[in-house]
Amino acid sequence: MAGAVPVWTAQKRPRERGGRQEAAVATLGYVRRNPSLLVGSLFLLALLLFVVVGYLTVDPSEASPLSVRSLQPPSADLPFGSDKQGRNLYAVMVVGTPLTLRIGLFAGLLGVGLGASLAFVAGYYGGHVDNVIKAIVDVGLTIPGLLILIIIGMKAREGLSVNQMALVVGALAWLYPARTIRSQVITLKQRGYVQIARLSGMGGPEVIVRELLPNLLPYLGASLVGSVSAAVLASIGLEVLGLGPFEAPTLGMTLYWVNYNAAIVNGWWWWWVPPIVVIAVLFVGLFLVAVGLDEVANPRVRNRV
Amino acid sequence: MKPAVLEVRDLRVHYHTSRGAVRAVDGVGFDVGEEERFGLVGESGSGKSTIALALLRLIRPPGRIEGGRIALDGVDVMGLSEEEMRRARLAKVALVAQGAMNSLNPVLRVNEQIRDALRDHGVRLSARAFEERVGGLLESVGLRREVGGMFPHELSGGMKQRVCIAVAMSLRPKLIIADEPTSALDVVVQWQIMDTLRRVQEELGAAVILIGHDMGLMAQAVDRLGVMYAGKLVEVVAVRDLFRRPLHPYSQLLIGSLTSLDRKSEPRGIPGLPPSLLDPPTGCPFHPRCPYAMDRCRREAPALLEHAPGHLAACHLYPREEVA
Amino acid sequence: MTADYVAKRFGMFLVIVWLAATVNFFLPRIGGQDPVREKLIQQAAIGGNVQAGLEDMVAEYDAKFGLNTPLWRQYVAYVADMARFDFNYSIANYPRRVLDMIGEALPWTVGLLLTTTLFSWVIGGLLGAFLGWPRSPKFLQFLMPPLLALNAIPFFLLGLVLIYVLAFRLRLFPLSGGYTAGSFPALTPAFIGNVLSHSVLPALSIVLVSIGGWALGMRAMIVTTQGEDYVTYADAKGLKGRTIFLRYAVRNALLPQTTALALVLGQLISGAVLVEVIFSYPGIGTVLYKAIRGSDFYLVQGIVFILIVAIGVATFALDLLYPLLDPRISYRRA
Ligand SMILES: Nc1ncnc2c1ncn2[C@@H]1O[C@H](COP(=O)(O)OP(=O)(O)OP(=O)(O)O)[C@@H](O)[C@H]1O
Ligand code: SF4
Ligand SMILES: [Mg+2]
Repeated sequence: MAGAVPVWTAQKRPRERGGRQEAAVATLGYVRRNPSLLVGSLFLLALLLFVVVGYLTVDPSEASPLSVRSLQPPSADLPFGSDKQGRNLYAVMVVGTPLTLRIGLFAGLLGVGLGASLAFVAGYYGGHVDNVIKAIVDVGLTIPGLLILIIIGMKAREGLSVNQMALVVGALAWLYPARTIRSQVITLKQRGYVQIARLSGMGGPEVIVRELLPNLLPYLGASLVGSVSAAVLASIGLEVLGLGPFEAPTLGMTLYWVNYNAAIVNGWWWWWVPPIVVIAVLFVGLFLVAVGLDEVANPRVRNRV
Repeated sequence: MKPAVLEVRDLRVHYHTSRGAVRAVDGVGFDVGEEERFGLVGESGSGKSTIALALLRLIRPPGRIEGGRIALDGVDVMGLSEEEMRRARLAKVALVAQGAMNSLNPVLRVNEQIRDALRDHGVRLSARAFEERVGGLLESVGLRREVGGMFPHELSGGMKQRVCIAVAMSLRPKLIIADEPTSALDVVVQWQIMDTLRRVQEELGAAVILIGHDMGLMAQAVDRLGVMYAGKLVEVVAVRDLFRRPLHPYSQLLIGSLTSLDRKSEPRGIPGLPPSLLDPPTGCPFHPRCPYAMDRCRREAPALLEHAPGHLAACHLYPREEVA
Repeated sequence: MTADYVAKRFGMFLVIVWLAATVNFFLPRIGGQDPVREKLIQQAAIGGNVQAGLEDMVAEYDAKFGLNTPLWRQYVAYVADMARFDFNYSIANYPRRVLDMIGEALPWTVGLLLTTTLFSWVIGGLLGAFLGWPRSPKFLQFLMPPLLALNAIPFFLLGLVLIYVLAFRLRLFPLSGGYTAGSFPALTPAFIGNVLSHSVLPALSIVLVSIGGWALGMRAMIVTTQGEDYVTYADAKGLKGRTIFLRYAVRNALLPQTTALALVLGQLISGAVLVEVIFSYPGIGTVLYKAIRGSDFYLVQGIVFILIVAIGVATFALDLLYPLLDPRISYRRA
């Protein structure tokens, strides 16, 4: 308002603030209005519970071939039946679910860690560093990651191990977080308190760690969940294509064997139903949690919807 | 005063938030006469824009018009059907919205946006006649005809505001509501826009409700002023009487801060904070900040009463007899 | 749209293509070994009537990419080959040329992806627009949970379920393949019908999943436009609901939806590859799967390169389309 006469705008109304108790009530009401977070967490908890109960009730070594009679439909002994190579499919699910989650979690952490670091540097310092990082990310994102992973995966003749898989998938998982976190950092940088911190002589790394990082935590959380989900998807993709760890009973490898043995058209439904259900629950759970965290991180969305 | 174009009685608008009802407009009543220029002033959040939107029945959830009567040109606005209300907008009462900088659709050319408005109000013209009409409208707000072929991002703030005024006058409404039409414009442009608005109003013979912050600008532009405080009208009076003899302590403080500005000192504002509309103070809403607050003020809300001909104020300092 | 803008976008396209070639060249060479050469020699050793040709390939390979050639020479030679779309012979299917194999499979993939993508973009967008519009009928909101769930699961997972239910159990559609084995590909109504019925399930698994994503994105954008001044003001102008919906809300929400289209192309290709594998659909994905299992590096590299170029072309096309939608673009970006 250049030159205008702001007669009584000198004091802008501050937002009404409530007490602690009021905040608690508001939080409860908020959970009710943000059911995605709740439902999503419940989905993931259910999976966790399944794994824990599973480890207590089945011998994990039966997830290896030739442990039980092959191609048995579900029964009291083999609740999920067995596959053609004689794996106890219940044990396969119990062992495979955390294996797949491990790949996703490891790759997701690697991706967000790497991506966030680059994003903070690019967003905070700007200039040439930012231009270079932004260009790399923009180009990198247009190339389908799976194709790159396929070429890497083909180098390992006997398929990748679970840990190699996590590493390889994580090596590409930083691109998307780098892009989204960078734009958050840029917005946050313009806020008053960050400006003040900078003017009061705080160094770059200190501002990043003390001012930016804590404020972006919910956002980083949402970003992590998204990356884990993407990493799981990529790893399952590689496995279905036959580039996974052949010795490990991950969810993706189970689907590989399902496809390899044409289990569907042979009518062996018990072989493919459990992995599909677990994967669906996992993805829907992760997605809902990500949506919920996003709402926490972006109250703007909260007010509108 | 000429017969009223607009009569508002006991208008109440609440926003229902998770923390309770925000009483943004709380029992407001006023009249606007034919061809009159009426101003609404008040600090940010006092409910001015909410009144403007309520007059067009454009309050969206979580807001709701809780009660009151709005008569526009003798027609009961609250009684109209949705479709009748839609047709009344722009044709009978037009709004130049606050933040007009973003009021134009970024992806449509100016003439398309004006054409949309005309077409949806049943104006059927040939392409040539449309062009003629749009060109005429643009010229009457001081824009070149070519502006019609431009996109909003190609216009300056002042030009965008003129386009909005052109749209507002396109169906010759009885009443134009201009909500802070000049905020975010620089001073010279502010005066130009005010001048344009005035010419348009005179040409159409329409009444205008002008909403604003800037007392100085308002004093030049309107005949009568209503002073808003915390969702209520606290004083309604002809402009010169307000400056000569403000009755309400809030108005007095406002005018005081204006003169101090003329003396080039720091703008003082008014001590204290505006009240929460979720949980307004008992009695007179101004009492926590009022230098003259008495016991009665804390208990009893003052009514808006006429203390001199055409001079209304809501304050216990003026028992009716003493002033009249 | 300025020439500057077009030039920039085209530059971006070239960078993507160059990057594709570079990735193809370096990735298999990371860590010192040369799996390409190993595979070539191994295949040549198996022998048979194509042995001579494969031995020629080894010789040619050694001349171009052997240990005695400096790396930069190898790189330049490789990029030059790629630029000419010279992908050599398929190692596992010698003497078929990689380019011919890709050329045969590509129409299947492009046909499947183009139709499903456009279809789900349009339908999902419309659905999302209605979901986000406050004046739409309330019962539409019941679509949200299934859309959310579908959006979250991968294409091929839905594909497996569809095969079981619609093809194996109900026998409504063929189980797999692009057309009935043994039928002669020709432009006859019978054959076209055959192809269409084979492509229903793969298409459905892509469409159902991506409709969810587009609908959610569009819904969020429409909700955002509801808060924009120009939509409030459109109401104040007394415009009809339909006008505001189409010309103000949807028209503006289209911009980010189009940007998103360019962004998800990569994911789309990855997803479609797996769908093809699940359905043994005769497109690029299935060829890629077979090439992976046969360690056919030339074939894989050719496919990766072509797919990335295809994405580059599609992105470039969208970039050219975008300024037509958003009049501000040539000013904002270029
Ligand atoms: N959508 C909404 N939800 C909740 N509260 C709202 C909403 N819109 C307005 N309010 C509240 O209603 C009150 C009046 O708002 P209004 O916009 O009418 O004020 P104003 O006088 O026009 O202020 P300004 O000068 O800043 O434009 C404010 O306290 C505001 O916080
Ligand atoms: S009523 Fe009392 S508190 Fe309110 S303005 Fe008048 S004197 Fe002040
Ligand atoms: Mg306002």
